[in-house]
Amino acid sequence: MADINSNIPEGELTQKWTKYRSSVALVNPANKRSIEVIVVGSGLAGASAAATLAEMGYKVKCFCFQDSPRRAHSIAAQGGINAAKNYQNDGDSTYRLFYDTIKGGDYRAREANVYRLAEVSANIIDQCVAQGVPLAREYGGLLDNRSFGGTQVQRTFYAAGQTGQQLLLGAYSALERQIGMGKVEMYTRHEMLEVVKIDGKARGIIARNLITGELERHFGHAVLLASGGYGNVFYLSTNAMGSNVTAAWKAHRQGAFFANPCFTQIHPTCIPVSGDHQSKLTLMSESLRNDGRIWVPKKKDDNRKPTDIPEDERDYYLERRYPAFGNLVPRDVASRAAKERCDAGYGVGASKLAVYLDFAANTERYGRIEATKHGIQNADKATYMRLGREVVKEKYGNLFDMYAQITGEDPYETPMRIYPAVHYTMGGLWVDYNLMTTVPGLYALGEANFSDHGANRLGASALMQGLADGYFVIPYTIGAYLSKEISTKAIPTDHPAFVEAENSVKETLERFLTIKGSRSVDHFHKALGKIMWDKCGMARNEQGLTEAIAEIRALREEFWRDVRVPGSMDEYNPELEKAGRVADFLELGELMCIDALNRKESCGGHFREEYQTEEGEALRDDENFAYAAAWEYLEGVHFNLHKEELKFENIKVAQRSYK
Amino acid sequence: MSSFGKAFSSSIGKKVVMGITGLFLILFLIVHCFLNSLIFLNDGGETFNLGAEFMAGNWAIRAGEIVLFIGLILHIVQSARLTYDNQKARPVKYAAYNGSANSKWYSRSMGLLGTLLLIFLVVHLSNFWVVSRFTGIPTHDANNRENLYAVMVESFQNIWIVVLYVLSMISLCYHLLHGFASAFQTMGWNHKKYAPVIKSVGVWYSIIISVLFAAMPIAIYTGLIN
Amino acid sequence: MNLTLKVWRQKNSKSAGKLVDYQVSDISPDMSFLEMFDVLNEQLINKGEEPIVFDHDCREGICGMCSMFINGRPHGPKQGITTCQLHMRSFKDGDTIVVEPWRAAAFPVIKDLATDRSSFDRIIAAGGFISVNTGNAQDANALPIPKSQADAAFEAAACIACGACVATCKNASAMLFVSAKISQLALLPQGQPERYRRVQSMVAQMDAEGFGNCTNTRACEAECPKGISLENIARMNRDYYAAKFVSEEEV
Repeated sequence: MADINSNIPEGELTQKWTKYRSSVALVNPANKRSIEVIVVGSGLAGASAAATLAEMGYKVKCFCFQDSPRRAHSIAAQGGINAAKNYQNDGDSTYRLFYDTIKGGDYRAREANVYRLAEVSANIIDQCVAQGVPLAREYGGLLDNRSFGGTQVQRTFYAAGQTGQQLLLGAYSALERQIGMGKVEMYTRHEMLEVVKIDGKARGIIARNLITGELERHFGHAVLLASGGYGNVFYLSTNAMGSNVTAAWKAHRQGAFFANPCFTQIHPTCIPVSGDHQSKLTLMSESLRNDGRIWVPKKKDDNRKPTDIPEDERDYYLERRYPAFGNLVPRDVASRAAKERCDAGYGVGASKLAVYLDFAANTERYGRIEATKHGIQNADKATYMRLGREVVKEKYGNLFDMYAQITGEDPYETPMRIYPAVHYTMGGLWVDYNLMTTVPGLYALGEANFSDHGANRLGASALMQGLADGYFVIPYTIGAYLSKEISTKAIPTDHPAFVEAENSVKETLERFLTIKGSRSVDHFHKALGKIMWDKCGMARNEQGLTEAIAEIRALREEFWRDVRVPGSMDEYNPELEKAGRVADFLELGELMCIDALNRKESCGGHFREEYQTEEGEALRDDENFAYAAAWEYLEGVHFNLHKEELKFENIKVAQRSYK
Repeated sequence: MSSFGKAFSSSIGKKVVMGITGLFLILFLIVHCFLNSLIFLNDGGETFNLGAEFMAGNWAIRAGEIVLFIGLILHIVQSARLTYDNQKARPVKYAAYNGSANSKWYSRSMGLLGTLLLIFLVVHLSNFWVVSRFTGIPTHDANNRENLYAVMVESFQNIWIVVLYVLSMISLCYHLLHGFASAFQTMGWNHKKYAPVIKSVGVWYSIIISVLFAAMPIAIYTGLIN
Repeated sequence: MNLTLKVWRQKNSKSAGKLVDYQVSDISPDMSFLEMFDVLNEQLINKGEEPIVFDHDCREGICGMCSMFINGRPHGPKQGITTCQLHMRSFKDGDTIVVEPWRAAAFPVIKDLATDRSSFDRIIAAGGFISVNTGNAQDANALPIPKSQADAAFEAAACIACGACVATCKNASAMLFVSAKISQLALLPQGQPERYRRVQSMVAQMDAEGFGNCTNTRACEAECPKGISLENIARMNRDYYAAKFVSEEEV
């Protein structure tokens, strides 16, 4: 069945990576100097890969659309990064991290990749600390850990609510060091708009200088895409405004298969939508679920203030349904449970599309601990709350401030209102064990690939994967390809393939500008987002998906007929950039629905209403769907399915239970 | 450029010159203010003239005077250079700039306050320093000391001089209010435990010095001291 | 709410700019300031005019990209937030709001409200790092770091490089930004080997970029959305003196 080769090394799972690493072909230092590598994206995966490859001696060019590599959206990750360090002596191990990740991903990830990820996780923490990343510490001076959804050990390292920022700044400083040494050429405010293929191999890119509008040709012996996820296909998501699928989609159109596009993660704890003007959604870190209890009123349409609703009239539905994990169930489970309550009419707030995240109980508990510490006995509740508030502030101060800023409500006094929102995309470009796509010489790293999270990503695993790919995986695996390219001289960019690629990019851009229609790019983006959220969101069914595919096709047709893009090509023109990105989303959206329709089972973030247990839990079909769906792009926006069978030899496949 | 040349021509190097000379001038003001305050003994200038004679006759003080002038000139020249650099750092100005929302007006007006003080210094030096050093003090007191006190009393009979002095001391006060703590900050002496102390000492210092100096012309003009 | 906006329009870095008046109506108090700009841009596009270019990305106050000088203050009238976190409930119906780009020689305007802040990157490239190649690290817990020190380093590291400090400083000085990075690494044991090289090379690059000098007005500290403290500048100064007048290492 498999017509794609995942190139998983032979041997014992625990030995695969060690053996592979020791036997993979190397490129000698003298040859590295004449090999050029292009890295698109400067987030955790891109910056760490660019820096590490440059340290090794390759000539690296790195591209980002933001004004500085430090602004990549990895910066917004709040909660933490997992690593199997077992510093807490709670029984963590490489195998347990591997197991949790496979189970969390609902058995739709590739064993060998995940095990490798768990293996290198510990090195990441070492590397980051050496770079001066200020991870949280205890008074003894050693690193602190917290627990995160979907696990029962404390293996998450963090830096207050700004872990992504600190890790990215670590990778960014390593990257800037190489830039300063002249070993990386950095191209900021540049957007990759095409992959250039020569003799079937990726040999460069066409990038647009966003300030001058100039199209540039860049050669590389290999091209690495670390361009992030595609959550913005939903218009409203926790992604940055600029996050897009364009780089990955251009690669897809050039022959790189796109795997499991329907696997999107809906994060349970986001600030609810406040109106039509909303441009993005803000996440409240999952770490809040450590100390917050989620509930809705037991009565429908209960309009009392949350603080006025007595304890016995509250439904702590996660604790009720999943006593073992309680509020710490994985994201997909928590999100669906919130949707279930709201759909059943128990939602809160003006929109009725929200549930409460309440810190009162734990604030009081912390207050009592503090009181004991300070020898205060028999204090009143207000004192405990006051003492506890200080502890909560220390732990989550910036998140509480953020919430207050956006909603105008004080979360220390009243419970937060939260609702699920699109957050992360597990799907992405299909890659083999080497992180190479189906186009030779074209790699995908971090969220841009599909490899490690299966159908659902566990909290604090995205940072781990991005940095694992960039620091510790690609530097080795790229040798397998580049060692065969040492005799390839740099190809001049006046090669016909570059000329042709540039012309096609130019034509597309000109087309946007000549339509001169009546509706803005955002109009189409919002319309697409609505279709996706309604019909390919938290719950999907055959009818909705079929409708969605037709609607998206119609919308795409309308877009190409009626979009209005002001300005010109040869200037700084954000509307033109957006048009290109939305055009790609309009194709991706259709593929997501096709994939969701094809996958007649429920697993992780993909929930098909037709396939659920009697209790409303996801019902997997391992018989027929234990594969990664890798889609091939065909001319005229058609897609052809290839299957990579997933074999579980080291883990017993079971129904995922968090009860 | 030499290592020190590079250090002093850097932004922080220029600041440190401002800081050191500023602190030196702050110390000088203490001595100056203490000696002048001797007039408040209201003894017909006897003690004051004694102090003046001591200052004039002491070679160490004389040498210090040269250092003082060098310090003063450095402070002025360096501030001019910094102001020039700072103007250049923002060639297009804001149409709306709400500085008072985040900083004290006098901290943003050190150049202006300093310029006022420079004008004052010209008048001040020609009134007293030039007289005592070069043109000679016309009279002697009962102890046959040069009667600088008399020069002072005479000068402060002119209301405009008094007004100039008082206004200048207000400028001085604000200049010091910022300058005192600022010099410590520039020198890198910012410490969670000591910064509040430095700040309040700075405030008291600025007020006491300026009030004392301003009280002198007022007291003489109004005849409280005679 | 109905508002009058005076927005800086400038075609590109070579042309001169000017303030242009716009009216916006039916603005919800729950909108963010940038969402209000989205509404205005939608209007402009529908009228066939060129929308206003402004930098923004994450819209949750962490990427550091948004950068509007609103009514004379960076990131607007509230403290401790970025422009994207400013909500319209901070304004009144009928207000006139002046919106300008960051203004500094080292931040040239690219277009309208967007400026080029790559000078910050070059300062980091000059020395804002610890030279440790991937794979060189020892075990993360091999080096205990006192919590207070780690916390102080973290506070300095919270800087998002938005440039509000430069924008608001009457001298367009970048010392808060530079000193925050220097402090973060100077406070950690890992940063010690390069401590005195780092401060020299970063300050030299800062000067070369054409930023102004610090006169300790404290405006930067007051406006910093991440609360970076002026203590960092004092620490940078101390390290700089030690580097230039005590250390024998020349950079």
